[in-house]
Amino acid sequence: MIRSELIQKIADENPHLYQRDVERIVNTVFEEVTGAMAKGDRVELRGFGAFSVKKRDSRTGRNPRTGETVYVEEKHVPFFKTGKLLRDRLNGKA
Amino acid sequence: MTEKTLTRMDLSEAVFREVGLSRNESAQLVESVLNHMSDALVRGEQVKISSFGTFSVRDKSARVGRNPKTGEEVPIQPRRVLTFRPSHLMKDRVADGNRS
Repeated sequence: MIRSELIQKIADENPHLYQRDVERIVNTVFEEVTGAMAKGDRVELRGFGAFSVKKRDSRTGRNPRTGETVYVEEKHVPFFKTGKLLRDRLNGKA
Repeated sequence: MTEKTLTRMDLSEAVFREVGLSRNESAQLVESVLNHMSDALVRGEQVKISSFGTFSVRDKSARVGRNPKTGEEVPIQPRRVLTFRPSHLMKDRVADGNRS
């Protein structure tokens, strides 16, 4: 499923809404999650999962092609942990 | 850095502000988004949201695990797990926004 299919499904269920509003709604949901993480915040969606930011320490890496040593600065990366209900549903337990 | 936790309520509040719907309907729409994504994943589909990221379901085979406290061996059944791969755009925004 891709973004446009998700928008279509929701538009089909809500014939009273304009397609462009459904697009804005779906886009807002994802934008809020990304925006929150860009500020270092967490987004916890019970049953679905939680988005958070993890810190990766600086390290000395290696260019795998040349073998050259490179310094990799500390950075923050997005992280998603599946919620319990969804994890159970994936395994036919709910 | 003061870390906050957003919930469904914050997402529906954002939808409420963005589109002129009632708070109640905004909350229902946020729920529909999550439900459609969950249902697709449970069917084994990949959910690919451009400029956000990709959720995919992976099959893990059975293995012998160990209770880290007791050292006891426990069988772990084959299972399906969900992985999320953030898009480059999301990675960049998260990295830039949290730079110290």
